[in-house]
Amino acid sequence: MDAILLQILNGLDKGSAYALIALGLTLIFGTLGVVNFAHGALFMIGAFCAVTLQRILNLSYEVVDATQTDFLGNPLKVKVPYVEAWFGPEMGGSIIDWSVPLAILFAIPVMIFVGFAMERGLIKHFYKRPHADQILVTFGLAIVLQEVVKYFYGANPIPTGAPEAFRGSFDFGVLLGFDPNAIIYPYWRLIYFGFAAVIIGGVFSFLQFTTFGMVVRAGMADRETVGLLGINIDKRFTFMFGLAAAVAGLAGVMYAPINSPNYHMGMDFLVLSFVVVVVGGMGSLPGAVAAGFLLGILESFASMNEIKSIIPGIDQIIIYVVAIIILLTRPRGLMGRKGVMED
Amino acid sequence: MFGLNKKDTSLLLVVAALTLFAPFILNPFPTDSGLAQFNAGYPDLMQRFVIFGIFAVGFNILFGLTGYLSFGHAAFLGVGSYSAVWMFKLLSMNVIPAIILSVIVAGLFALLIGFVSLRRSGIYFSILTLAFAQMSFNLAYSVLTPITNGETGLQLTLDDPRILGVSATADGSIPVTSLFGLEMRSTYEMAVGGWNFQFSAGYYLCAIIMLVSFYIAVRIFRSPFGLMLRAVKCNQNRMRYTGLNTRPYTLAAFVISGMYAGLAGGLMASMDPLAGAERMQWTASGEVVLMTILGGAGTLIGPVLGAGFIKYFENIFSKINDNVLHQWFSWLPDGIEDFVVFIIHPFIGKGWHLTLGILFMLVVIYLPGGLVEGGQRISRLFKKNKSSDDGAAAKTTPAE
Repeated sequence: MDAILLQILNGLDKGSAYALIALGLTLIFGTLGVVNFAHGALFMIGAFCAVTLQRILNLSYEVVDATQTDFLGNPLKVKVPYVEAWFGPEMGGSIIDWSVPLAILFAIPVMIFVGFAMERGLIKHFYKRPHADQILVTFGLAIVLQEVVKYFYGANPIPTGAPEAFRGSFDFGVLLGFDPNAIIYPYWRLIYFGFAAVIIGGVFSFLQFTTFGMVVRAGMADRETVGLLGINIDKRFTFMFGLAAAVAGLAGVMYAPINSPNYHMGMDFLVLSFVVVVVGGMGSLPGAVAAGFLLGILESFASMNEIKSIIPGIDQIIIYVVAIIILLTRPRGLMGRKGVMED
Repeated sequence: MFGLNKKDTSLLLVVAALTLFAPFILNPFPTDSGLAQFNAGYPDLMQRFVIFGIFAVGFNILFGLTGYLSFGHAAFLGVGSYSAVWMFKLLSMNVIPAIILSVIVAGLFALLIGFVSLRRSGIYFSILTLAFAQMSFNLAYSVLTPITNGETGLQLTLDDPRILGVSATADGSIPVTSLFGLEMRSTYEMAVGGWNFQFSAGYYLCAIIMLVSFYIAVRIFRSPFGLMLRAVKCNQNRMRYTGLNTRPYTLAAFVISGMYAGLAGGLMASMDPLAGAERMQWTASGEVVLMTILGGAGTLIGPVLGAGFIKYFENIFSKINDNVLHQWFSWLPDGIEDFVVFIIHPFIGKGWHLTLGILFMLVVIYLPGGLVEGGQRISRLFKKNKSSDDGAAAKTTPAE
C-alpha cells in the first residue's frame, strides 16, 4: 500500500509539469487552432527566468574586510551582493534564498510579453496555412529560442536551488499512519504539485467564471458567430496565447529546483507534452490536465523495480505505448470533443 | 533515355555530373590559398552530402508526394546503421550484404510502424511517428543494450566472430570495410598545380547508389503510383469516395521511404562502421525535415539540394571563428570591425544551429517551396524582363 502511494506521489511532480504544459498547448490549439511546437521552448524560457533572477540578485561588489585575512595576511576581499547592502544582510540573504519563488513575479510579465510577441509577430500569419506549416515554423522557432538561450547561458545545466526551508524531505507516511521512513517525499515536489493545482484551478475558474472567459469559450466553440456578434475575438485569443505562454513559463520557473535548467529541457518535455495532449484529446482542457497526471503517475509506476523485472524497459516507453493504444482505439483521446481533429 | 522524358533525363544527367565530378566542383580553391577552408571536396564531407541526399530523397517520397509529415524517420536510419554494423560483426566486412540487410530491416520496421501510424493522418500521424521513434531511441539506450551497446554505440571489436573473413588482421587491428577487396577508405589523391583532388572509393560507391536511388525516385514520381500519391495529398476524402482504398498506397510510400532511410543508415555504417542511438533521436528526424523543406518538398531535385546546402554550411559555418572574421573585415575601421565581428559572432562556429533555425523559419514563412521555388521565381523574373506577354503562361503553381 505504501509503495503504491509513494509511486503516486512520485508521479505527481512530473505529472504536474506535463499537465501545465499540455494545458497551455491545448489553450493555444483550442483558441487559435495552431499546433505550437515552440511551447517546450516557452517552458525552458520560464526556467531560465528563474536562473536570470538568481543571477541578478547575486550581482555583487567587492569590499575589503579588515577583520578577515587570507593566508598571506592581507585583508580579505569579500563579495557583497547589492541586495544585502540595500536591505541588510538578513533580509537580503533571504531574498536571495527565495529567488525561485520571487522569479514567479518576474516571469509573469516576461512570459506574457514573449507570448504576445510570438503571436503577433509570427503565428498570426499562419492561421490560414496548413497544420504542417505551423508545425514547421514553430519547430524552427523552437530551435532559434533554444540556441539563443544556449548562447547566453552555455550548454551546461545551471543548478538553481529552492529556498533553504524547502530543501529537505519529510516523512509523508507518518501523517497517514504508515511506518516512519516508508514514504519520504521532498518538500519542493509537494509545493510544485500544490502550485500546479493552483494554476490549473486559476485558469479553469478564469475561463468558467469571468465574462472574458465566457467569451473565449464561446469563441472556441464557434469563432465566426462570436465575431458576428461584434466581439473582437482575435484580441482575446491573443491574450489567451499570452496566458498559455505564462502558464508554461511558470511551470518552468518552479521546475528549476527539481531539475537544473539546460537549454534542451524544453524539447525533452515538448514531445511528452504533445503525447499528453493527444491522449487527453485535442482541444479538451480537462482532458489535457487529467492525461498529464495520469501519464506522470503511470510513468512512475512503470519505473518500479517489481514491474521492470516483468517487462524490462517498460519505464522508458510506457507513455508512448499508452499514446499509441489510445490513438488507435479512441481517436479523439480520453475527453476530446466529437469532431475536433478526429481523422 | 531510361524511360524518362527529356526534361527528367537532363535533370538526371545534371545530378550525375554533379555527383561524379564533385571532387573537382567542391574543390575550387588551391590548398594554400586563404579560401581553402571553403573547399568541401574531401571524402568525409562528400559522403555525408550524398548519404543525406539519399535520406532526404526518400523522405520526400513520403512527405512531398503524400503530404504525410513524419517526425520519426531517423529511427529507420538508426535501424539501418545497427543492422549494417551487425552484418560487419557477424558475416563479413563486405559492404554489399550489410547494405542489403539494412534496407530490408528498415523496410520491415517501416512496414510495422507505417501499418499502425497510417491509420491516422495530419498531426496525429506526426505525433505517432514521433512517439515510435522516441520509443525506439529510448529502448536502444536502455533495454536493448545487448544489441545496441547503449550509450557507447555499436562498434567493431577485435574478437567479432566473422564467418567470412578474419576477426583481426595480421597486424592485430580491426579489418576495414570493403567492396570485394576495394577498401572503402582508400583514396586516390591527384595534385594538379595548387589543387589537391581526392577520389575516395567510399564516396564513389555512395554516389553511384545515390544516383540509382535518385533515378528510382524519378520513376516513382512519374509513375501512376506517384500520381496516386499526389491525389492522396490533394484530397484523400475524395479518393475514398471514389471507392479507392488509399491505405496500401500510403503504406507503400511509407515503406519505400523507410527503405531509403535504411539505405542511408547502412551506407553511413559502411563508411564508418559504428552506430549510435543518437542517430535515432527526434532532432535527427527534424534535420531531414529541414533538408527537404529547405530544398523544396515535392520537387525532385529539392531534397538533394537541401541536404547538400545544410551539410555544406554546417561544415563551413562551424569552422569560421572570430580570427577569420577579423581577417575578413580588417578593411573596416577598428571600432566598426569589432562591432561587426561582435554582431556576427553568435551565428558562426557553435552557433550554426541558430543560423539554421532562422534560415528555416524564413524559408517556411516566405518561400514554402524552398530553394527550388526561389530559383523558379528568379528565373521567372528574368523571363518577364525578356517578354512581358510571356508572364501569364509562365505562371505555374509551385510544385505540390
